[in-house]
Amino acid sequence: MKIIVLAKQTFDTEAKLSLDNNGKIDGQGVKLIMNPYDEFAVEEGLRIKEKTNGEVTVISVDKEQDQDALRQAIAMGADEAVMVVPGDVELDEYATATILAKVISKMEYDIILGGFRAIDDGSCQVAGRVAESLNIPVVNMITEIKIENGKAQATRDIEGGSEVIEVKLPAVFTAQKGLNEPRYPSMKGIMKARKKPVKIIRLGELGLVEDQIAAKVKPVSYTLAEPRKAGQVIQDEPAKAVSQAVKLILEKVKVVV
Amino acid sequence: MGHILTEQQKELKELVRSFAVNEVKPHIKELDEKGEFPMELLKQAFEMGLHCLEIPEEYGGSGLDYQTTAVIFEELAKVDAGFAISLVTTFVALRSVIMAGNDAQKKLFADIIIPGAFGAFCLTEPNAGSDAGSIRATAVRDGDEYVINGSKCFITNGSVADVFVVFASTDRSKGVKGLSAFIVERSREGISVGKHEDKMGLRLSNTCDVAFSDVRVPVSHRLGEEGTGFTTAMNTLNISRAFVGTLAVGICQAAIDECVKYAKERVQFGKPIIEFQAVQMILADMEIQTEAARQLVHHSMVLMDQGKPVVKEGSITKCFCGDTVVRVTTDAVQIFGGYGVSKEYPVEKLMRDSKVFQIFEGTNQIQRLVIAKELAK
Ligand SMILES: Cc1cc2nc3c(=O)[nH]c(=O)nc-3n(C[C@H](O)[C@H](O)[C@H](O)COP(=O)(O)OP(=O)(O)OC[C@H]3O[C@@H](n4cnc5c(N)ncnc54)[C@H](O)[C@@H]3O)c2cc1C
Repeated sequence: MKIIVLAKQTFDTEAKLSLDNNGKIDGQGVKLIMNPYDEFAVEEGLRIKEKTNGEVTVISVDKEQDQDALRQAIAMGADEAVMVVPGDVELDEYATATILAKVISKMEYDIILGGFRAIDDGSCQVAGRVAESLNIPVVNMITEIKIENGKAQATRDIEGGSEVIEVKLPAVFTAQKGLNEPRYPSMKGIMKARKKPVKIIRLGELGLVEDQIAAKVKPVSYTLAEPRKAGQVIQDEPAKAVSQAVKLILEKVKVVV
Repeated sequence: MGHILTEQQKELKELVRSFAVNEVKPHIKELDEKGEFPMELLKQAFEMGLHCLEIPEEYGGSGLDYQTTAVIFEELAKVDAGFAISLVTTFVALRSVIMAGNDAQKKLFADIIIPGAFGAFCLTEPNAGSDAGSIRATAVRDGDEYVINGSKCFITNGSVADVFVVFASTDRSKGVKGLSAFIVERSREGISVGKHEDKMGLRLSNTCDVAFSDVRVPVSHRLGEEGTGFTTAMNTLNISRAFVGTLAVGICQAAIDECVKYAKERVQFGKPIIEFQAVQMILADMEIQTEAARQLVHHSMVLMDQGKPVVKEGSITKCFCGDTVVRVTTDAVQIFGGYGVSKEYPVEKLMRDSKVFQIFEGTNQIQRLVIAKELAK
């Protein structure tokens, strides 16, 4: 079984964000990690590989030097890593998905996995758009997947319960938390990943020109969330303090009871 | 901080740090209280290959050099030295096999460990501690086999190991020159594991008596010639001493990290205690000692990777690191004040964990004897 996993790097969840002089998000010195939802996708890809004697290829669209997520995937056990380098163009979800679909269309695949969202831009669009471009089904936010006879049974959470969906392969699935517990890479995996080259593909090689991937949406401006204000400490006997707190909550915070 | 790491060392260190902090650390308090062996967590460590770091590549391991292995073990020891020692001890036994064994023996040992297992090093006996040469265990030749009898104590991994390296006398009349080393699988008949030591520190590690009663092993399990056992044991310990040092440095670093954090938060006389010079002096001394200890470890590792002898350097490293960890963790408790002795806070455990570093792998008195003997040569 040929398994493709879409993965990207995001800022570390603990990173402190700031804006640069042009009002854009400043990536200088920020630690990058593999998008946690993509990590679930990589793990699931590896599990399917182990059960079906398959092969996992991980694909990312990013700057040439930002290969850490791909290397992590190899260290975890992925067979191949592909980095598509779009160069100096601003990408939106449409552009990224167009590039990915183009790369994938030249490959063999039975199943495509990705995170259901990236924790940085949180748009939840890329995997779905890739499926659309390739004209194959997509099942979003899965928490379980079983593969049998060219079909997949995927479980996803729905309001108040869960739903099992059966689709014919090839298809795209996006990972939700709970799908699995990603493994730590092994020591040997890390050493292997250091030696294994990541395959680099440039836009030109794909037969795509910049016009075809011109972004359809452009961010106009960014604002940082307001820093949290210091809390208020009420110092009194417990009983009195509680009634004061209740009063504050009702009057100032205007909680509806 | 510390010496300059290669890219690969940095990556391995980061991986181990994240595993230790995210998976192991949350359970430490409870495991330490119960004195429980963290088998499930160690199985996770097996999956990452932390039990194969030092096994040469041709036998299926990672074949990492000593410098890299030391970096990894300092990182594990920062979270729990007992956890680290369960893995390190396999390599103590391995080193005897690598140094004295033949190809088949190395393969035998590696094949047991690689699927996920522990090794143990059985030298100490109730009446043979510092005076390891006086061990009473015997191995009597019977045709193609040896019959081993004897009782070992303080054996790390004693009740969890799948393979032991056992030291026993093949010729009593020759004293130390009559000792020999053997590979003994746990599955052989006649091995029984005795009481588990309820220790003040390193409580996640397993330390027990192991008794061998008419245990038969083929002659092919003897490491090297008859009579070379004591040399094998000493050569193994020379290497292992520097590793004891790296674990001690890990504990020191944990103590410093906890203290700096606490001293910034704890306010007395209207300011964080880190602003008091008296506290700063203690912290600076902890840092000086720890960094010096780390550099000694690194120096020994470099020598060992070059295959140079480390009789003196290994002893200096072990001794300095052992004394340092006791001092640094005692100071850590001081910085925490009353909270330092409370089990609610992390540093009393570090102090409990530290003491044994002046005792095992040869007490610090014995290390000083070794160093003086080298000087007098
Ligand atoms: C947690 C733990 C794990 C261990 N793991 C292992 C293991 O895996 N395998 C193994 O074989 N052993 C192991 N040991 C045993 C350890 O190596 C011995 O405890 C150590 O060598 C000291 O021996 P002893 O306890 O018999 O002390 P003793 O030798 O009785 O020493 C008692 C005191 O006398 C001093 N002393 C003794 N002789 C002299 C001398 N000539 N000059 C000056 N002072 C002297 C010592 O320094 C010490 O202070 C372990 C011990 C501990 C505590």
